[in-house]
Amino acid sequence: MRVARHSFYEATARRRVDGLLDQNSFREFCGPAARIVSPHLPALGMPVAFDDGVVVGEGTIDGRKVLIAAQEGGFMGGAVGEVHGAKITGLLERAADVKPEAVVLLLDTGGVRLHEANAGLVAMGEIQRAALSARHAGVPVIVAIGGKNGCYGGMSIVARSCDWIIASEEGRLSISGPEVIETVEGIEEFDAQDRALVWRTMGAKHRRLIGEIDALVADDMGAFRSAILNFVGRPRPLDLDALEAEHAMLSRRLERFWDCADGRDVWARLGINDPAAVPALDADSFNGLVGALEGGRS
Amino acid sequence: MEHLEFDYDGTGAKPARAFALAGVVGSGNLEVLIEAADLGGRCAAVVDTSVRGYGETWRQVLADFFARHAMSDVRVSINDGGATPAVVSLRLDQAAAEIKDASA
Amino acid sequence: MLEKADAPRRWDTLERSYRARIERGAAFADGKIVRRDETERFLEAVIEPGDRVCIEGNNQKHADFLAAALSKTSVEAIHDLHIVQSNIALPPHLDVFERGTARRLDFCYAGPQGLRMARLVAEGKIEVGAIHTYLELYSRYFCDLTPHVSFVAADAADADGNLYTGPNTEDTPAIVEATAFKSGVLIAQVNRIVDKVPRVDVPGDWVSFVVEAPKPHYIEPIFTRDPAVITEVQVLMAMMVIRGIYEKYGVTRLNHGIGFDTAAIELILPTYAEDLGLKGKICRYMSVNPCPTLIPAIESGFVESIHCAGSELGMEAYTAARSDVFFIGRDGSMRSNRIFCQLAGHYSDLFIGSTLQIDLEGNSSTATLSRITGFGGAPNFGSESRARRHGSEAWLKAGREQRLSGEMPRGRKLVVQIVETFGDGMSPTFVERLDAWELQKTFDMPLPPVMVYGDDLTHLVTEEGIANLLLCDTMEERAQAIRGVAGYTPVGMKRDREMVARLREKGAVQYAEDLGVDKRLATRDLLAARSIKDLVAWSGGLYDPPSRFRNW
Repeated sequence: MRVARHSFYEATARRRVDGLLDQNSFREFCGPAARIVSPHLPALGMPVAFDDGVVVGEGTIDGRKVLIAAQEGGFMGGAVGEVHGAKITGLLERAADVKPEAVVLLLDTGGVRLHEANAGLVAMGEIQRAALSARHAGVPVIVAIGGKNGCYGGMSIVARSCDWIIASEEGRLSISGPEVIETVEGIEEFDAQDRALVWRTMGAKHRRLIGEIDALVADDMGAFRSAILNFVGRPRPLDLDALEAEHAMLSRRLERFWDCADGRDVWARLGINDPAAVPALDADSFNGLVGALEGGRS
Repeated sequence: MEHLEFDYDGTGAKPARAFALAGVVGSGNLEVLIEAADLGGRCAAVVDTSVRGYGETWRQVLADFFARHAMSDVRVSINDGGATPAVVSLRLDQAAAEIKDASA
Repeated sequence: MLEKADAPRRWDTLERSYRARIERGAAFADGKIVRRDETERFLEAVIEPGDRVCIEGNNQKHADFLAAALSKTSVEAIHDLHIVQSNIALPPHLDVFERGTARRLDFCYAGPQGLRMARLVAEGKIEVGAIHTYLELYSRYFCDLTPHVSFVAADAADADGNLYTGPNTEDTPAIVEATAFKSGVLIAQVNRIVDKVPRVDVPGDWVSFVVEAPKPHYIEPIFTRDPAVITEVQVLMAMMVIRGIYEKYGVTRLNHGIGFDTAAIELILPTYAEDLGLKGKICRYMSVNPCPTLIPAIESGFVESIHCAGSELGMEAYTAARSDVFFIGRDGSMRSNRIFCQLAGHYSDLFIGSTLQIDLEGNSSTATLSRITGFGGAPNFGSESRARRHGSEAWLKAGREQRLSGEMPRGRKLVVQIVETFGDGMSPTFVERLDAWELQKTFDMPLPPVMVYGDDLTHLVTEEGIANLLLCDTMEERAQAIRGVAGYTPVGMKRDREMVARLREKGAVQYAEDLGVDKRLATRDLLAARSIKDLVAWSGGLYDPPSRFRNW
């Protein structure tokens, strides 16, 4: 046996872009040679990155034109600083103008770069607004999560404001990180070292089962590419009806699961016979399970 | 942070591509941006590192690098998060291999 | 002429003392089972001031409940103990010194308690007898450091005191043998008391008392290395080890130290070594804990047999299902034994491990100025086995390279250190003088704490290349060969480039290109598993990693 050779999780932001787009189709905006770096980090005595930790540009995926941004999780945990944020905002604003078949956001981030304080927070609001503007212009925004940092903080809110979310089972999606919850609520409430618990609470499988993400894939570049392609050119409605339907879903969910103490309780209530076995399922078996649950529901 | 600048005699050909980037800035890691530049045949290196006091080591690592890869009119720019010389040499070699690669 | 004896010499004082202790202890027990709530008073009844006491505490399992209980006993009743135990790992192990319950200490390894240990030694609260290697300390249990009282940890006991240790047998047999047969009191802490133990690891008539602990004894997964953090530099070094040492000498019997460097070697056996056609030719028999990173090498048919010093958390079902490879009891679970594993490793062909500092003679040490850590298993594994007589291809080849003066042919064990030239925080691994010398002075030790001696070392592997010390004819050549792989450390920069070039010509210094190692292949893609999840997949779901290593 040999393990898959094209891991999304292992790859840098640049390798992810190269691996997902058609060969040699990528054209980068504001690339590293332009040296548009953080104006804040040098003042704090910290090293900058030539791309401020995010790669943005355009390319094609199976011949279809997309704009793409990839956060580099290795640089400051993928945190969003002023320049980093402006690059993503600019990309999304460009999408509203040039109307590609999709914007793809490869998110790998802990949220705002606290070192840049207000500039980072403002950037988050700008990204949010720009994502909704792109959607309003009819361009679907697709999020993919499968890196070391998951998708936390303000960027998790951005992610949930987009059309589609794809994640591998290594992916996590939540506003507060495990350590934050442990610090605020105490280790009895949430033990951040218990990584199985973290994934049962914030991991992609749990998010998929409760309907917050749309596709779970294996940690494989090809699997991400196919899943993205499936959503290219497919915007979701962005109107009052959609918003009200979302709110109704959230109310139903609260009613149904409010007293569950653990992800496993939620899964059992969803009708899964062996909730303890869920974390160990590979993507195919897991998707089979999701299919069976959805089939049972309809 | 410490800012270091070095320059070396050029040997060999100009690079095939405009630039290449290797590595990521992180703890114990670095990024190397290597670019074609009009330096009158010489080679230059600029280092911004989070670890102070290793100027002589950087000079030697970069001298060995330029001796290993005969090049001219090349500028190397480094953002360093405290990488060891082994990692620095590895990233330099990766960046050089890419900028010399005319196929892409 | 015989004089009238003053009083006849008694030859059974230990036995009489044993009986008195058992009688005193029985007041707190029902049969052999001590009433848990009365554990502290029970200990005060059976332990006497000045006793030699062994608290089983090794790499993984600990008699933690009994250790904590001892640290709460009355200092009037129990004081000035001489603790003889391999691992100082838990706070109560040092609490007993802080409060005066114990005074003297013979041990092997202090790990995370090393800093506090150093403070207590400086304050005069601990008198260190010696820092031993494992085999030395066990040996002295059978010589002059025999325990009067020992606490051991086991998984289960029955009412007769028969013990089941489970896969973590570790030090238990050595402690039990020494204590039980020299009139010592043997007290076992168990996770559960059962009607019938799954297998008898220690016969009940050797065991004086049993305490059921309120929670299972502490076990730490210290041998688990997550492939996700193995670096490209470590992959490169692993490639050089396989080509430059394993393939060259045909190493089939070996011991791996625990670390990311050796994990990288294990993980490229099914890829790099397989492609070199080395399966069946290298790495067939190992003396090592069941490290999860060995799974791909086992599954792909490289490693055929492994004897373990202890187990590893999460590997229970996997080892049980691979009885052709591991040593398994009739109950189906693994049996480990540190003393036998150490012996097997000592007489194998090769040891490879890592260290923090190396000097120009090749002496290495993990001691740093602020802590007393000890050595672990490396010194016994990582030393020339001079009593060895049986030949093997690797051992004889190394012996020929050594070219000793005189006519008598000798073999040579391969002792390899694998290090990056710079460690954490850019501290150079290579130094002109070990911190161990300073430490010797600070703590008034008889010797500097050296882990592997230079005259035991045969090869030194760094990211720059391999120094083969067998081919160095003088101390000057040895020093230059070491400088020649010491990279950009101050020691490395001071190399005599001409001499290193000459050493390279005769193979005493070899770089990647000399070894036929293609540096471009040195990426994480070469690892047969790049995550804990990959290891689970290789094991067919049998490996059950502790939660802290999961990302799913």
